[in-house]
Amino acid sequence: MAIEVRIPTILRSYTGGAKVVEGTGDTLGDLLTDLDSRHGGLKGRLVTDAGALHRFVNVYVNDEDVRFLGALDAKLTDGDSVTILPAVAGGAFGFAAAAAIAQHSAAAAAIARHSAGAARVARH
Amino acid sequence: MLSIDRSIIDAIVAHARRDHPDEACGVVAGPAGSDTPIRHIPMENAARSMTFYEFDSMEQLRLWREMDDRDEEPVVIYHSHTATEAYPSRTDISFAGEPGAHYLLVSTREPDSEEIRSFRIVDGVVTEEPVKIVDAAVDPHAVQSYMFGQSPATVDYECSDR
Repeated sequence: MAIEVRIPTILRSYTGGAKVVEGTGDTLGDLLTDLDSRHGGLKGRLVTDAGALHRFVNVYVNDEDVRFLGALDAKLTDGDSVTILPAVAGGAFGFAAAAAIAQHSAAAAAIARHSAGAARVARH
Repeated sequence: MLSIDRSIIDAIVAHARRDHPDEACGVVAGPAGSDTPIRHIPMENAARSMTFYEFDSMEQLRLWREMDDRDEEPVVIYHSHTATEAYPSRTDISFAGEPGAHYLLVSTREPDSEEIRSFRIVDGVVTEEPVKIVDAAVDPHAVQSYMFGQSPATVDYECSDR
C-alpha cells in the first residue's frame, strides 16, 4: 500500500495533470522527496531553501493540518491520505508591513520560522 | 469577464460591510467548468486583520473537500480592502494560488458606495476583467449563504453541554 496525495490545480503541471498521485515515506519530508523523484520540482514549491514547509501551503494528513503534527517530520503510515492546498490569503498591505504594523501573529510566526530556518542553515 | 448574479454581489457586499474595518473573505462556488458562480460561502478571516486575510486552514479543507464531492470549483475568491482601492496588492498577487478563479475585490473605504472589481491572477500577472452583474439569473431565494462555522453538511453549534 502507498500514501495517496491530492494535488491542487496550481501544482498539477508537475504531475502531468494528475489530481491524485501515490508515494511512500515514513515522514512527510520523506514522502515529498519520493514524489520529487518522479515529479521533479514539486518539492521546491512546498519546501523553502531553508528546509521548512512554506508558510502559505496547507498540507493535511487525513483530516489534520501538518503544522500540528510536526510539519515535515509528521509521521505517515501506509494508507494515509495527504492533501495539499494553496493557502488562500492576501490583503491590502505588503506582508512585512502587515507584520510590522498590525503585529499580525501569523506573519510574525512565519518570520520567526524563517529566522529559525536561517539559523539552522547557518549552523550547518 | 465575470458574470455574477446581483443577489450574490449583494451578499458579498453585506459580508464585507459586516466585517469592516477588518477584511472579509469568501468563495462563490459553481459547477466545475461552468465558470458560473452560484453558491456563496463567506469564510472566516483567520487573521482578523484590517490589512490581511487568510482562510482558516481547517475550514478551507472542509470546503475544498465539499466542493470536490459536489463537483464544484471556487469560481470566485473574494476579499475586501477596507481603506484602499479594490486592486490586488503585492501580497494578493504573490499568494494567489487558484489560477482558474476570478479574484473579486470589494473596497469598503467609502461608507455609502462600494467599489467592486474582478481580476485574473496567473503566475504573478494581474489582468482586470469586466464584471457583469445580472439580475435574477439565480433565484434569490435559492442563494445559499452560510454563517461562520456552518456548511450545508454540518452545523457547528457554539453551545455544548460542558
